[in-house]
Formats: sequence, C-alpha cells, structure tokens
Amino acid sequence: MSVQTSTATEIHRFEFDVSDDELTELRSRIDATKWPDRETDPSQGVQLDTIQALAAYWATDYDWRRFEERFAALLHFMTEIDGVDIHFIHVRSKHEDALPLIVTHGWPGSTVEQLKIIDPLTNPADHGASAADAFNLVIPSLPGHGFSGKPTETGWDPIRIAKAWVVLMERLGYTEFVAQGGDWGNAVTEQMALLKPEGLLGIHTNMPATVPPDVSKALASGGPKPDGLAADEDRAFEILRHFFASGTGYAQEMANRPQTLYGIADSPVGLAAWMIDHDEASYQLIARAFAGEPGGLSRDDVLDNVTHYWLTNSGVSSGRLYWESHLAFFDVKGVEIPVGVTVFPDELYPAPRSWAEEAYPKLIHFNKVDAGGHFAAWEQPQILSEELRATFRSLR
Amino acid sequence: MEATTSAVSADGVRPFTIDFPDEQIEDLRARLEATRWPGKEIVADAGQGVQLDTARALIRYWDRDYDMSRLADRLNAFPQFITEIDGVDIHFIHVKSPHEDALPLIITHGWPGSVVELLEVVGPLTDPTGHGESAEDAFDLVLPSLPGYGLSGAPDSVGWDPGRVAQAWAALMSRLGYARYVAQGGDVGAAVTDTMAIQAPDGLAGIHLNFLRRPPPKVAAAVFGGAPAPDGLTEEERAAFDPFKAQFMKGYIAEQGQSPQTIGYSLTDSPVGLAAWILDHDSDAYEKISRAFVDGQPAGGLTRDRILDNITLYWLMRTGTSAARIYWESGRATAAAAAPGQAPPAVSVPVAFTVFPGEIFRAPRSWAERVYPTLTYFNEVDRGGHFAAWEEPEIFAEEMRAAFRPLR
Repeated sequence: MSVQTSTATEIHRFEFDVSDDELTELRSRIDATKWPDRETDPSQGVQLDTIQALAAYWATDYDWRRFEERFAALLHFMTEIDGVDIHFIHVRSKHEDALPLIVTHGWPGSTVEQLKIIDPLTNPADHGASAADAFNLVIPSLPGHGFSGKPTETGWDPIRIAKAWVVLMERLGYTEFVAQGGDWGNAVTEQMALLKPEGLLGIHTNMPATVPPDVSKALASGGPKPDGLAADEDRAFEILRHFFASGTGYAQEMANRPQTLYGIADSPVGLAAWMIDHDEASYQLIARAFAGEPGGLSRDDVLDNVTHYWLTNSGVSSGRLYWESHLAFFDVKGVEIPVGVTVFPDELYPAPRSWAEEAYPKLIHFNKVDAGGHFAAWEQPQILSEELRATFRSLR
Repeated sequence: MEATTSAVSADGVRPFTIDFPDEQIEDLRARLEATRWPGKEIVADAGQGVQLDTARALIRYWDRDYDMSRLADRLNAFPQFITEIDGVDIHFIHVKSPHEDALPLIITHGWPGSVVELLEVVGPLTDPTGHGESAEDAFDLVLPSLPGYGLSGAPDSVGWDPGRVAQAWAALMSRLGYARYVAQGGDVGAAVTDTMAIQAPDGLAGIHLNFLRRPPPKVAAAVFGGAPAPDGLTEEERAAFDPFKAQFMKGYIAEQGQSPQTIGYSLTDSPVGLAAWILDHDSDAYEKISRAFVDGQPAGGLTRDRILDNITLYWLMRTGTSAARIYWESGRATAAAAAPGQAPPAVSVPVAFTVFPGEIFRAPRSWAERVYPTLTYFNEVDRGGHFAAWEEPEIFAEEMRAAFRPLR
C-alpha cells in the first residue's frame, strides 16, 4: 500500500491506494492456508468452522473495493504530531454550532469501527434527531494503527497519545470540544480528561474504568472478594474475575512480546483469528455472522477491519500499544471533568452505577442500554449516537 | 507425511520410519521465500520479543542453507516405533544398549521441543564404553513423542493432561517388557515425570528432573495464582522466585493455556510465525539461539541445523496447535489440583535433580527437598539451560549416570 505522507505541522489531505496486486496476493495467501486440526473443546479459541467460513468468504465474495469506495469518499487527513504521522477522518456538520467531538477507536479496531456513527452525529436532522445535537467529528487512527505512522521509538502510551489528540484538536482550530472512546479509546480519552486541556468540556466512555481499589486488589491477587458488594457489584466482580483468569492471553502476549507475533504479519488467517478472539461476547457475535446469523456486525464489517489491518501491515505495530501502556485497564484514574457513561450489556464488564459515581465525581449521564457489546459504535451506531447526544447536550 | 510401518507385532508395537513428501518441502520453501515481515522492533534488545534480525537470519538459513532431508535421515537413523495407547498412536525411539543389565530409562521432552531435543544423548547413554564410560552405567533408552507432538498422533478429545500421559508412559514401559525402569524430564517432560512418580506405577524405580515444575505450595500459589511472594524467602529462594514468576506471566503461557487454537492458525500457516513462537520460550535459550543464527556461534548442541530440525518437524507435522494444547490441558489439571482441601501429592520413589545454570530459575535445594522428601541426588552443573539434553548432551548424560547409579 502506498501512502502520501505529511511533514511539519501542516494538515494535508490524505489519499490511499491499494493495488490489484496486493489484493490478489492476499487472496492467494488465503487460498493456500494450511490448517490445524479441529479444536478438542470449544473454549480453546477461534473454532475451525468459524475461521474456515471466514476464509472462504474472504477469498471469494468479499470485496474490498466496495468498502474502499465508501471509505475513500470520506475526508481523510494526515498531520505530523510529536514526530509521528497521524491519520484522521474529519467530517464537519452543516449545522452551525456543531460541537467538535474526537472519537478514538481501540484494539483490534480502527477508524473502520466508527464509520456508522458519522452521519447520525454530523447530520442528526436526517436521523430523527435535532440539529441542535450536531457534532463535528474527528476520528483519528492510533499510532501504529491503520494509516497512522508506526512509531520507531518507544513512549507512545495512552498518555502521549492523549497529548497528541489535544494538539490535533487545537491544530484544527477547535477551542471547545468533547471526546469519546471505548477500549484503548477510553484509556486515551480518560488521559485527555486528566490533562484538563482548556477546551475539553467533557468525555463519554463506553468502557469506563470504574473498578474501586479494593476490588482491583482482590482481582489482581486472587484474594477473597471484598465484603459488602451490592448485587450488581458482585456480578461485575465475578465477570472480571473470569475475564482475568481466562480472557487476557492475547493482551499478555502483546504486552510483553508483541514482536514475536510474526505469524499475524505473514498469515491472513493468523491475523484474522488473532483479531476476532478479543472477548467472548464479540467472538460469539462474529462467529454467528459467519454462520449466517449476523447481529450487530456483518461479515463485511469484520473483514473490512481485518483487511484494513492486513493492507497496512499493522498487526504487530498495533500490538505494541499493550507493551507501551502501564495503565490498569479498569482502575479508577481520577477524572474530574464531566463524564457520560453508557453500559452496553455485552461489554467486558457491566459497570455498576455506584462504581461509576465513585470513579467520576462529575457523572453527567449514566445509562444501561439494551443491546451492544465491546464495539459499541460499530455494533449499535444508533444507540451510541443517542447516548452521545444525551451526554453532551448539557455541555453545549 | 508418509510413514512406513512393518508388520504389527503381537503386542501392537510397529516399527516405523518417516518420509516427508517433496511437495511439502517445496510448499515450505515457497512460504519461506514469500514471508511478509512486520516492521523492526523499536527497542535495542529482545524486550519486545524475537528480534527482526534474528527472525530474518533464521528464515534465510532455513530457506537457503538448511538441508531439508536431514530431519528424516536423523530420525530414521534410530529404531522408531508406533504403538496405540489409550486411543492415541504414540511414537517413540527405542535404543537398547549392547550391554546386559542396562537400566531402562524413559525421557520425556517438553514444549517447544520434541524427540529432536534428545537425539544427542542416545549414544552416550546407551553406549557408555564408546564415550569413555563404564558399561555398568548403560541405559536402554525410550524416547516417546508427547501426544500432539512430532510423530505421535494428536488426541481429538480432551483429557490428555500430564497425568494421562504419565499413565500412558507406564503402559508403554510395561508393553516393552520393562519390569524395572527410571524416568527423566524437564519442562512438560518434568510435569509428566513428576506425575509418574506420584502415580508410582509398578516398576518405576526413581526419577530425575531438570525442571522444578511443582514448587512448594506457597511458591506455587504465588507463581501460578497471583498471590504475593511468600514471606521468609532466603536470598537464593528469592533469586529463583522472581524469574520463575516472570516466566509464568509470559504471554505464550497465557495464550496457549486459554486459546491454543487461536494462535494455532498462525503457527500452522506461517513458518516464520511458528519459528518465532518456538524461539521465544525463555530468555537464556532465546539469546543462545539468536547468537547461533545472527553470529554463527551456537551454544553447545543448539546449532542452527538442530534448531531447525525441531522447527521443521513441528511445521511438517502441523503440530503447532496440538502441541500448544497441553498448556490448556495442564491449566485445567492444575486448577483442579489446587482446589481447596487438596493435600500436595506425596512421592515415595527416589528423586534426583540437576540444576542447569541457564534454566528459567535455579531451583534451590531447599525447595526440591521440601517437595521431594525422597531427594537422593542434587547437583548444579557448570553449563546448560532449559534444553539441557539438547544443549549439553555430555553433561546431561553424566548427570543421568551419577543420579541413577545408586538405583541399579
């Protein structure tokens, strides 16, 4: 893939070009996949039937060009911040007084996750909402992800990314703005909130970090459950305990040995399997899509994202963010500015309101919605859009 | 793979030789040449995993210089057999000593190894007089491939944890007619051998370990369960505890324990994915193997060719996934054994232990004594690491002789 790169502090339009040769080569690698035997238990990771259905679709009916046309039609930009080229999509609302909003994706995501919320947020009048709720949208690619540059020096943790995002919003001339994220996007967004930049009015998160210190300690040490947990807190504790015991292998590998994952740069199926094994609920959602029962994510959704990773060769470089970060994912960080929280039922853990109130003293919105999981914007764009309108209305 | 087996004997043990088809070799070479690389790591050391220069040097050597026919030749130079035990075809090398009264010894390899780890100890152990040693120290050698590894079959159902392998090994030794024998292992081989000692099948006269897979309970709770370090560790114990705990925080253990099938797709489809995953086992072995490929300076028996014999065996037999599964199986077995109220299992057979200095941690004698009240031999040698038999076959053989001499 060839890209035009930017220099200095200017902002450039960015276009990308994927050659037919790259797509042909990808297809021939998928066709030549060498398979392991079937798993001996469904809990051993991505099941052979699922990945073979994914590969069969990827090599035949899946059409990157169809996605590319839609993707390339958006306004893409590149600007160098702190030595790294940062790619972002920037969509301004036609409505005056639209509120600038920077939305940050996570892993194994990319800007592909955010495409479905662009129109509802920038053009609310066409989606049954009020023009007064319009946003100007900035959707950056994390360093090492997608079209952004791959840092060649260490130090690009969520704190440094948060500083870069503040620079980006200033560079775009936004003096007042809000921020949103889940997964790494939440980590970056919370770090922006901790920086308290002048223009940042508030944040929204769909993966809040609310776990109280005593609960976090019990989870880390395998110690006894703290006394006096309410029913929803107890449930969150048990879900987190299960997650830490059985759901973090990929994160541990990327946190200490991201470079060892040569297989995800060399094997399309290796990359796809690594990416869809993020959390149990999203894996089941994706497995159902490839079994002919699509829910919030379609086969094309999944493969648009995986193919974007493949073509930008960003499996290993994206994994480095786990190596860089020393922040506990779910621990309270001390955010003092206004925060909106939406709890999606299939998220890694269902944050109790009591924990959210403790974690975020200025909790301006808290809602448990009916559908959706870890990839909220991607799975349930209408719900997330409504949540963002509701959260930020009071800050306009 | 094309296996040649002769007539099945009455006890169900079939002689076996291996031949890898040319198409598989050609396919491997084509993949090596088409390797798609990630960018270089952004640190100056191995702190992010297998370094790009090391991986590139390995792939270049594998593609251009490595003799793809040597693996089959090396294996076929030994008498190999297959026998079905508990529903799985078990492959093993069986070399009888020319000396009478040789002591039967079953050695179990680990992950990411195979019988390739053990080939260089066959001569010194079965033919001690040819190596300047006494005929009285001779062994009859049985080297099985773990289920899911190398030329053994891969189980298609769950349950093949180290305990079940241990039972299969006892059945194997019995089937071979050995009424009295000893057992040895490191890594997963240590888990299997330790479990054999716990099960104490008729005929098992003693074991030797070069890895302390089962430390004292409080240490185990901290290393495997996340509990804080036990109070009152001596300086030597602390020096062992920290690297032990760090190793068990590594991603490959978590990933293979939780999602062996997921990483398995990379290991089966990408030679470089497989090779890097295998190289990144422990820091001492990685540094040694990296030097072999980048600087051409192997540590002892860990030569480029022998390292690639092992990796090529994994590749051609497509065992990346099935081999990883033993971590998933072990995790379930360990969790069950750690359930409250379970007393640590007792071992009554004699136990010998050798510390190789480059091992993940240097097991303190105090821990070995606490876990094994029947510890009869404990020694620390000068050289060698996690892959003791592979790296230092002469030292390893000398330890076998010394450890088992009192049990003859």
